[in-house]
Amino acid sequence: MGKMLSVSELRKVYEVKKTAFSLKKDRIKAVDGVSFELESGKTIGIVGESGSGKSTLARCILLLEEPDEGTITFSGNDLLHMGKHELKRLRKDMQIIFQDPYSSLNPRRKVFDTIAEPLLFHNIIKKKHVKEKVIEIFKKVGLDEDFLDKYPHEMSGGQRQRIAIGRALATNPSLLIADEPVSSLDVSIQAQIVNLFMDIKESTNISMLFVSHDLNIVRFISDEIMVMYSGKVLEMGEKDEVFYRPLHPYTEMLIDSIKGELFKKAKVDTFDFNDGCVYYPRCNSREPICSKEMPHLTGEKEHMVACFLST
Amino acid sequence: MALVGLIILVPMFLCALFAPFISLHDPVEPDLRNILTSPSFSHPFGTDTLGRDVFSRVVYGSRISLLVGFVSVGIATLIGIMIGAVSGYYGGIIDELIMRFVDLVMCFPTFFLILAVIALLEPSIWNIMIVIGLTNWMGIARLIRAEILSIKNKEFVLAAKAQGFSEYRIIFKHVLPNALSPVYVVATLGIGGAILTESALSFLGIGVQPPTPSWGNILTQAKDNIEVAWWLSLYPGLAIFLTVMGYNLFGEGLRDIFDPRRRYQLR
Repeated sequence: MGKMLSVSELRKVYEVKKTAFSLKKDRIKAVDGVSFELESGKTIGIVGESGSGKSTLARCILLLEEPDEGTITFSGNDLLHMGKHELKRLRKDMQIIFQDPYSSLNPRRKVFDTIAEPLLFHNIIKKKHVKEKVIEIFKKVGLDEDFLDKYPHEMSGGQRQRIAIGRALATNPSLLIADEPVSSLDVSIQAQIVNLFMDIKESTNISMLFVSHDLNIVRFISDEIMVMYSGKVLEMGEKDEVFYRPLHPYTEMLIDSIKGELFKKAKVDTFDFNDGCVYYPRCNSREPICSKEMPHLTGEKEHMVACFLST
Repeated sequence: MALVGLIILVPMFLCALFAPFISLHDPVEPDLRNILTSPSFSHPFGTDTLGRDVFSRVVYGSRISLLVGFVSVGIATLIGIMIGAVSGYYGGIIDELIMRFVDLVMCFPTFFLILAVIALLEPSIWNIMIVIGLTNWMGIARLIRAEILSIKNKEFVLAAKAQGFSEYRIIFKHVLPNALSPVYVVATLGIGGAILTESALSFLGIGVQPPTPSWGNILTQAKDNIEVAWWLSLYPGLAIFLTVMGYNLFGEGLRDIFDPRRRYQLR
């Protein structure tokens, strides 16, 4: 059990102009000092509402977005300080599945080509054997041969997402990042795709980062859970620890929300403030100290939390 | 709509291809006994001031028009795609420089630029094609750039990056093919435009030089004799009108054909 991925103090700031003419730029901290470690064969679920920086984090890890600060170590390689060519070779070992299977597949290519392309590009297989291999991948993701010659627009959302999963698995990666892979699918299809992820997890020794806003799905699929809010990690730990003994008010709120008790408590105060806990404006149990500074993530490795009230 | 365009264009192509077999007379051979005769069985479109058969001249003129249309638009499209792709994909300062250059070139009145260049160079058909090509790429460059800007952040391009594909492969296999469908349409419409420009230049006497027949220079003669020889204006004019119309209709139709999603809806 080695470390597959370790991320430390990762930061990504976007500068946005409020209007076309404003001189001052707003700084939006999409990912603000995130650190975690993913052991090989394990799955970390990242939860948080939209805008919490989950997807940016996922994209930064694969360097699809350039992080501003921090280090990313992937099976012993420092991703931010390596040559372009070495990085390209490493890329086949870390793959991503996107949220929207409608825009993540090239509309002009048959799905056969979409899956065959990485196999041929990375010289994983000879051209004459590629068809058998693609059919094998199709079977693995639950599609039959009839789909080989179809274009993405001829398939349903669930089928497309299976293709996207097949493409990601084609090169036999050791790390798979799933960025809200079921959020844009119908509920009935969601279950099928989640089961497909479970199969993949059981049949290979793949490490996964599973990003979702749905705590139910994350709980089902992950070994550890990481709760993000406004670019920061608020709570992180073993799945059952976090789910049954949540320490952060935000995590409690998320858990209540899947039990359908959200609306009793939800507070929607959004006022400007600079210091203090990022969750302060919406927190139900805030104390004066919470407005002074942001608490650090503390605790044992099994369960860490960034909250003054629970330490 | 594409079909209507084709119905007009296919006979035009055949005319150009088989001009020697279709034409009844030599298009450049004067026949001084038959000057300005009105349309008849042996001269379906009549004859001109030198007694040359207008039908044959119009048929041979279609060769010039097609050649100019395709070659000049081909040049413009190639330049436009390359410049637009570089600008859109790389962005930043490169994009800024290229786009300001495009703005600059667009500020020149194209037609007078062509006039100036032709005044300096020999007025030959090749010079015309190159000049029309070099003055018409800006629209296509802007179009391609805008398409690429919207496509390069789509997730399938990110996925290609995540696969570690080379930039060359990402641009040519994933980004460009998805950016091209509006270009087919604009290029087809551009052929019509280029034919019009060539006709106008030839009409002004700085395009295709007589005795080589071109629709434009037939019209030059026609304007002096419009009161006595209506056939001299009507037929080449009709040829220009129909051809340009054909390309416009075909261009509109192409948009539906080349867009796989729309093709799917139609089925």
